[in-house]
Amino acid sequence: MTTNTVSPPTTDSLVEVNGIGVPYREGERVLGALREAGFEVPTLCYESRLDPQGTCRMCLVDVEVDGRLEQVASCTAFQQPGMKVTTHADDIRDYRRTILEMLLSETGPQSGCPKCQSFGTCEFHTAVDEYEALPGRFGKLPEREKAPDPNPFIQRDYDYCIACYRCTAVCNDWEMAGAITLDGRSQSTKIFSFFDNELLKSPCTFCGQCINTCPTGALTDRKVVGKTSADKLERTKTICPYCGVGCGIQLLTQDGELMGTEPDFDAPSQGSLCVKGQFGSWDFVKSEERLRHPLIRKDGVLQPASWEEALGLVASRFKSVMETDGPDAIVCWASARCTSESNYLMQKFARVAIGTNNIDNCSRT
Amino acid sequence: MVGKGAMSNSIEELAGSKFLLVIGSNTTETHPVISLRMKKAVRNGAKLVVVDPRKIELTRWATRHIQPKIGTDIAFLNAMCHVIVKEGLHNREYIENRTEGFEALREHLEMYTPEYAETICGVPAQMIVDTAREYASASPKAAVCYTLGITEHSCGSHNVQAVANLAMLCGNFGQENAGVNPLRGQNNVQGASDMGALPTDLPGYQKVERPGVLEKFEAAWGVKLPRRRGLTKITALDQMVRGRMKAAYIMGENTVVSDAHASHSKRALEACDFVVVQDIFLTDTAKLADVVLPAASFAETDGTFSNSERRVQRVRKAVEPPGEALEDWRILLDLFEAMGVPQSLTSASEIWDEIASVAPILAGISYERLDKEGGLQWPCPTADHPGTQYLHKEEFESGKGVPGFFAPVDHIPPAEEPDEEYPLVLTTGRRRSTYHTGTQTGRATGFELLVPHEWAEISPQDAAELGVEDEEIIRVSTRRGTVEVHARVTDMSPRGTIFMSFAFPDETMTNVLTSDSYDFITETPEFKACAVKVEKLAASKAGSPAAD
Repeated sequence: MTTNTVSPPTTDSLVEVNGIGVPYREGERVLGALREAGFEVPTLCYESRLDPQGTCRMCLVDVEVDGRLEQVASCTAFQQPGMKVTTHADDIRDYRRTILEMLLSETGPQSGCPKCQSFGTCEFHTAVDEYEALPGRFGKLPEREKAPDPNPFIQRDYDYCIACYRCTAVCNDWEMAGAITLDGRSQSTKIFSFFDNELLKSPCTFCGQCINTCPTGALTDRKVVGKTSADKLERTKTICPYCGVGCGIQLLTQDGELMGTEPDFDAPSQGSLCVKGQFGSWDFVKSEERLRHPLIRKDGVLQPASWEEALGLVASRFKSVMETDGPDAIVCWASARCTSESNYLMQKFARVAIGTNNIDNCSRT
Repeated sequence: MVGKGAMSNSIEELAGSKFLLVIGSNTTETHPVISLRMKKAVRNGAKLVVVDPRKIELTRWATRHIQPKIGTDIAFLNAMCHVIVKEGLHNREYIENRTEGFEALREHLEMYTPEYAETICGVPAQMIVDTAREYASASPKAAVCYTLGITEHSCGSHNVQAVANLAMLCGNFGQENAGVNPLRGQNNVQGASDMGALPTDLPGYQKVERPGVLEKFEAAWGVKLPRRRGLTKITALDQMVRGRMKAAYIMGENTVVSDAHASHSKRALEACDFVVVQDIFLTDTAKLADVVLPAASFAETDGTFSNSERRVQRVRKAVEPPGEALEDWRILLDLFEAMGVPQSLTSASEIWDEIASVAPILAGISYERLDKEGGLQWPCPTADHPGTQYLHKEEFESGKGVPGFFAPVDHIPPAEEPDEEYPLVLTTGRRRSTYHTGTQTGRATGFELLVPHEWAEISPQDAAELGVEDEEIIRVSTRRGTVEVHARVTDMSPRGTIFMSFAFPDETMTNVLTSDSYDFITETPEFKACAVKVEKLAASKAGSPAAD
């Protein structure tokens, strides 16, 4: 049902990847076969939810079909029955290293990469490490500036942009927001939003999909970057607390403290989020205004109390109403904001502990 | 009517529909991620007809925008049905095999000619005809999506019936990429109802008054259960004002801000002898409480949420709650114990197992499966059942072998229509970056730059007539209350209509304005229509910080 679902094998034919046979799937790309066989190649321009672009050339592999030898971009080339794929031949590894070293000459130092430092999800520098690519082989291009954009959510650092165009593809073809586009040609290509280049004045809805697809530190979550260190960051998969779509999110924590959110790309929402889920689903949790102790009204004022005192008072008052006015003089309201488990207990509390069906939730309001 | 209050189909299926009728749903703002599937459907060649009095953002992708007068959906929908039946575009086989009441509906629809409907809803007759033909020809891959623009009317339940009639006429239930899809507003509004937090239903939509149901739960829970169905929230609030409702236990709900006719809700809780509020913040409702219990937020608890498409998904604890705050379920277990009815449950997972044991639609779902398989959509009756992508595949869910019923409905105007004194209509809703009463988005940094304060969105024509400029502070009044608010002059608002959200209650308590009418079946308040007047502030007060 989702775009990531692979089609079932239609024949008995196999695709052989580095000697490992996997079922041939008609209409699927070579990349799918090599991943199914358990191999991985860098895919810097590939966004699994969209049509492949085939521009970064990092996923190039050797294929042999009917004795013909070819090198193809595995993200765009279709599988063929009996195809033999070799993913990591020496010359291909050298080729990938060369591309990475060219990209290194265009980008800022790895030690300063915001995605490496704060998130640990930088695909580009992960590939640089894996292929032992070194800076300095090609002449370094001048440093490019951060976009002078005052928006509070998205940091755009041109010095880490590798012009993979994933962000513009996601913005235009997945979100269909049309907030960013390309400006300039060749090495002066820049990701750009119309007119004055400020996202707050563009059609950007701050869904954050561009920062999540960006394979480098060019686009990052400004609310998080610089505040976390990748090696200490932990991720917990859960569900966005806002609307009824129920998008999957990952809460980022460090030393037991909430630091931010990322989408859960494995969830049925396929990594989509809106501005609330991406940028607004965690800092309210840390608000100083959170309730920290039970409160009991004394002399007309709500004052701190112990749990024992608070629960004892609630139980005794409920019981006295039950005795004098009957259980139907008490009403319980559950919540569309709370978990199903809590809602279940709330209705059971009304029916079992109090003895009334006066239980409702805000689904009608 | 058919089945239960949930999307009949799945979110992802919308991308594959050939025709989408989006009525009373500001999808790009209220369900942004669902709107992506709608936009994708359009890219795939589907027709998208947006029915909304306001020129909402989704109309940018629509193949047609229909702007009925507020509260006239039934006239429009009935006329669509009229055209379909009159032109013989309905699905005879489907109607014959799986529905009842078609003849009565056919007779009822006679009078709803497109020309007659036009006099009520203001939609050009030819537009109704074209839309009806497109819907019928795309069936059975035609989906209807609606949100509170359908339900938050005094005729809300009749609106829903009119939608169901249309879908049944063309056989759009029990088909992939089709159906009737209410997009639920809150993260777990589906789950709260699934769990039986309803005065009429026990967990899994088992009716309190249906023979055998109470006995089953009495056996499971080991107690005698109350026979009489309970009171809805609206009725309970009324009973408080009358002094008959003595105590209230409110979990996670900011009633005095979110409910219509706010002064009434506040008066009710003030009249109630003993109010317990369990929440994460000291909300306006909690400020009225006698006891406030500090709860854990979603990030601090284990559990599940059920989304709009009936999908049960795991919520996982990432951090500890602050101070002495506890998970809602833990507080409830402690309170059971304090009441002398201890429960032998110690974790969210054990609570879920009990839920699965009493609610057959959830019986096959366990935490183990959710962790392994991701979310599962109910009905999921057994451990080897894959979950249900779309409902009514074999028969309507209202009972095995029981067909869907056509229920003829008539146009019912909003309880309060504009007049000389209150000449405009106020309709309320949400904006993308400000959620509900603002307790969460109001505390998320950066969001103040997206929507800085409440706006009363007013059409350029109305603004010109009143001499109101963009961002000027204006006074908006109804028979129930008055607020001061920044005007936003925009052609999103049609002439005669203003729009407000209710996300900035500290400055602009929108719900002091809203109507005290509600649907007589569901008791859902009429948030979507009331008569208002807009006034410029006196020169001396202009620019005062009152509403900012």
